[in-house]
Amino acid sequence: MARKTIIPFGPQHPVLPEPIHFDLVMEDETVVDAVPSISYVHRGLERLIEKRDFVDFVHVADRICGLCSFMHSMGYCQAVEEIMGIEVPERALYLRTIWAELSRVHSHIFWLGVAADAFGFESLFMQSMRLREAVLDVFEATTGARVILGVCKVGGVRRDIDTDTLHGIVDRLPTLKANLEEISAVFINDYSIQHRLIGVGYISKEDAYTLGCVGPMARASGLAMDMRFLGYAAYKYLDVEPIVESTGDCYARCLVRIREIFHSIDLIHQAAEKIPEGPFDLKVKGAPNGEFFSRIEQPRGEVIHYVKGNGSRFLQRFRVRVPTFSNIPAMIKALKGSGIADVPNIILTLDPCISCTER
Amino acid sequence: MAWFKRSPWILHYNATSCNGCDTEVIVSLTPLYDLERFGIINTGNPKHADILAVTGSVNEKSVQVLKNLYDQMPNPKVIVAVGLCAISGCVFQDCYNVMGGVDKVLPVDVYVPGCAARPEAIIDGVIMACEILEKKYREQKKRRG
Repeated sequence: MARKTIIPFGPQHPVLPEPIHFDLVMEDETVVDAVPSISYVHRGLERLIEKRDFVDFVHVADRICGLCSFMHSMGYCQAVEEIMGIEVPERALYLRTIWAELSRVHSHIFWLGVAADAFGFESLFMQSMRLREAVLDVFEATTGARVILGVCKVGGVRRDIDTDTLHGIVDRLPTLKANLEEISAVFINDYSIQHRLIGVGYISKEDAYTLGCVGPMARASGLAMDMRFLGYAAYKYLDVEPIVESTGDCYARCLVRIREIFHSIDLIHQAAEKIPEGPFDLKVKGAPNGEFFSRIEQPRGEVIHYVKGNGSRFLQRFRVRVPTFSNIPAMIKALKGSGIADVPNIILTLDPCISCTER
Repeated sequence: MAWFKRSPWILHYNATSCNGCDTEVIVSLTPLYDLERFGIINTGNPKHADILAVTGSVNEKSVQVLKNLYDQMPNPKVIVAVGLCAISGCVFQDCYNVMGGVDKVLPVDVYVPGCAARPEAIIDGVIMACEILEKKYREQKKRRG
């Protein structure tokens, strides 16, 4: 038997945009064990809920993560609204859905770029980042910010999108779609990408279920799990279909995310057609008294926001369970037995979001 | 641009950032904003880097990593604090695990404001860092005679 060596991976590593550390236990070129260690970006923002007014805390929830910023504020607002029994206006629900789907599109495009960088396809990385700007332009035009939107609030949204702007957004989508089809064809058909991804980091359907995978990771292994079926926000009025692949390897995860981008664009079209006229926010009176789990589908999978209040302006407890955290056991499983050259690919196809995980 | 004599490389480290500024740092280096047109590229190796771009405030665990990275960079070096968290802690300054801005542990040369910092601001900050780098080169040369 070969001698075991330990290779440290991270916290600062070229393929990782964020700090996470792994001790990779190696036997020759094969990983036999991977020991993750986290908390490089732990801030402790859940405790901050005791010091901030529950209406102001939306801004902190917005800053849990920069890539899925809107989803976090939406999850928090949903939980508070549910406790207080607020009926959010229909138009606000549709607007939230549109921004959430746009967030999914830009997060997935960003992922495609970073993944391309991980397997050494730099021009594809650059092209993906260029396409992502189209979505960020829409954010800037509708909310005034590029990444941290700060547009969700308890009882609705802060800004309306008027009909002309909405038409403008929808008119831009076909161009974005055509450009995306071009780069996704490279992801799907390129020989070298297939060579790097097919059969790498395999997770079976049973493993995905028992290890508690969520999001694209679970869907790539054949589990049709998507929180959008719960019908929160305006998803109950739209045709949401699960994007499922069965092979469970890195290539399948890539395919799931590419197909999800197109599905999200389709959902934005549907929402823009069905959006009703009316108010977009509601004046909120009182303070939450009670507790609630809100479950929503982030780009990376299911996220749970737990909120507990006792009738005062300052809530007692806030807890977030994020998709990356649920996916780490499956990633460790996939890392065991893989080659050292495949480690960046396996970690990246999980789409790790460390700042969500450690908060 | 007479002072623009070399193309410094950037090392980016996320101390406790929320990803917002990190993506903007990456965006400022990629086609639309394109810092690379100045020959400034993002490197993963501290030994090749001249500018350290830090996003996010410092916490108990990232402080040692940050100090290691700084020590491994060759002299002269410039530190750019990108985003409000790196400057003061932003909304997180009351959190129990946030020590405050990057200047608590390292000598910061350029502060780039914004939550998240916009790519235009980051480019401005990096160009300012180039100027400071050039000044540090001159001082180093004078010291060595």
